[in-house]
Amino acid sequence: MLRDITLGQYYPINSIIHNLDPRFKILSSFAYIIALFIVKNIQAYFIVIGFLGLTIYLSKVPLKYILRGLKPIFLIIILTLAVNIFMTPGEVLYRIGPVKITREGIEMAVLMGLRLIFLIIGTSLLTLTTSPIELTDGIERVLSPFKKIGVPAHELAMMMTIALRFIPTLLEETDKIMKAQMARGADFESGNIVKRAKSLIPLLVPLFIGAFRRADDLAMAMEARCYRGGENRTRMKQLKFEARDYIATIITIFFVISIVVMRYIL
Amino acid sequence: MSNMIETKELIFEYKGNEEENVVAVKNLSLTVKEGEFLVVLGHNGSGKSTLAKLINAILLPSGGKVYVNNMDTSNEEMIWNIRQKAGMVFQNPDNQIVATIVEEDVAFGPENLGIDPAKIRKRVDEALKSVGIYELRRKPPHLLSGGQKQRVAIAGVLAMRPQCIIFDEPTAMLDPSGRKEVMDTIKKLNKEGITIIHITHFMEEAVNADRVIVMDDGKIALEGNPKEVFSRVNKLKELGLDVPQVTLLAHELINEGIEIPEDILTVDEMVSRLCQLL
Repeated sequence: MLRDITLGQYYPINSIIHNLDPRFKILSSFAYIIALFIVKNIQAYFIVIGFLGLTIYLSKVPLKYILRGLKPIFLIIILTLAVNIFMTPGEVLYRIGPVKITREGIEMAVLMGLRLIFLIIGTSLLTLTTSPIELTDGIERVLSPFKKIGVPAHELAMMMTIALRFIPTLLEETDKIMKAQMARGADFESGNIVKRAKSLIPLLVPLFIGAFRRADDLAMAMEARCYRGGENRTRMKQLKFEARDYIATIITIFFVISIVVMRYIL
Repeated sequence: MSNMIETKELIFEYKGNEEENVVAVKNLSLTVKEGEFLVVLGHNGSGKSTLAKLINAILLPSGGKVYVNNMDTSNEEMIWNIRQKAGMVFQNPDNQIVATIVEEDVAFGPENLGIDPAKIRKRVDEALKSVGIYELRRKPPHLLSGGQKQRVAIAGVLAMRPQCIIFDEPTAMLDPSGRKEVMDTIKKLNKEGITIIHITHFMEEAVNADRVIVMDDGKIALEGNPKEVFSRVNKLKELGLDVPQVTLLAHELINEGIEIPEDILTVDEMVSRLCQLL
């Protein structure tokens, strides 16, 4: 049952976007988010749609699969729309009792709603096309210039790697403990929420104890293999910026500039 | 041949909370020669795992000295050299794999040593081929069997180019086929010249050793080649250990008055001896 949970939402296929340098993908995602918040008029969204559409097309990830990522935030989008439609003051179009809908309200709602949707699609493209390992690697290297001011880049990446490594192991263990307790008559599936939550306590205690024991073992094994933090450490895999990464960078810069131009100059 | 590992009057004490200190290793003096295959046997709590950790400088002696390749483990400057020379494989295969991809995990040790990336690649490939899991290099470790995981751990140590590997009950959590995979790998590495210290409580795994040490209560209770050690069936039983089934059979047969040697260790040997009797 617990084995079905997939890690992250990586969509493992081979595409130009998948093969881009993870450092570029992380940084361009940031640029994209910032650009989204610069947008103040609906016309600029055509550029965003163009950029996003190009990326989705090149990534070969099915659109349906990407849109599925919007489901969990559906409620938030509706709420944002409602708040913006009804709460923005301005030229009144309709009035139903004390509730009034304004023209500015509708504009604002569309702007905010689309911004949320583009935000989610854009960032989920990052995790859809970058494997968790590449992502950690990318984060470590993007952050490494900030080591001098005390950002623990290596430590963060190592923690993420270990977390990723142990998620399947701990899931397996949870499954085992659940089965062991079900065999002795424990019931995890009936009753109300409170009762179900309570029935999880005897599951969590052995799980936590096991996790701490594993942590202890792993620390010892890492030390035995000469681990002494990030200093003087080399990496087997070197990230290299290739022609496609430079082209992608140029496209992204062009995208950001045109968004800025739309906002401040036109 | 020179000594790979040498312990001199080694003492180790676990500090308990209320003056309940447990002395796990008592006055142990031991030398392991380069290229030797040493098996350390003993029941739970006999101090055999503590000994392994003392050699790898994970634990430091409370008294006496440990030398690895003539380097003193209590010398802090030498600690990384010692751990590189004397690698260690632990019991639980899940708890010693760090990375999410097999080859990345094997690269972990050399990366820590600060080796040039191109050279790491070469070492990783060699280590993976040496333990026979090269074709699994791109897999996530949680999809491998216990024996395969343990071989990943061995490859991880091998990539550091050690002269000696200490195995701390590497087969204890494996099924029989996994156990065989790991034992075959260990034997192969020993043939290639790596000094092996294999700690186990499976008697059958000691049969191919150059030398067997039986530990009890932090001391060496028996020492010798496998034939010498296993022929002392009564003493082994006294120490709470089993003897290999074949040796036990020989012992029982002798008790029944049948004339066969007492030091038979393998099934083949037993068969040929019994056939001679017929």
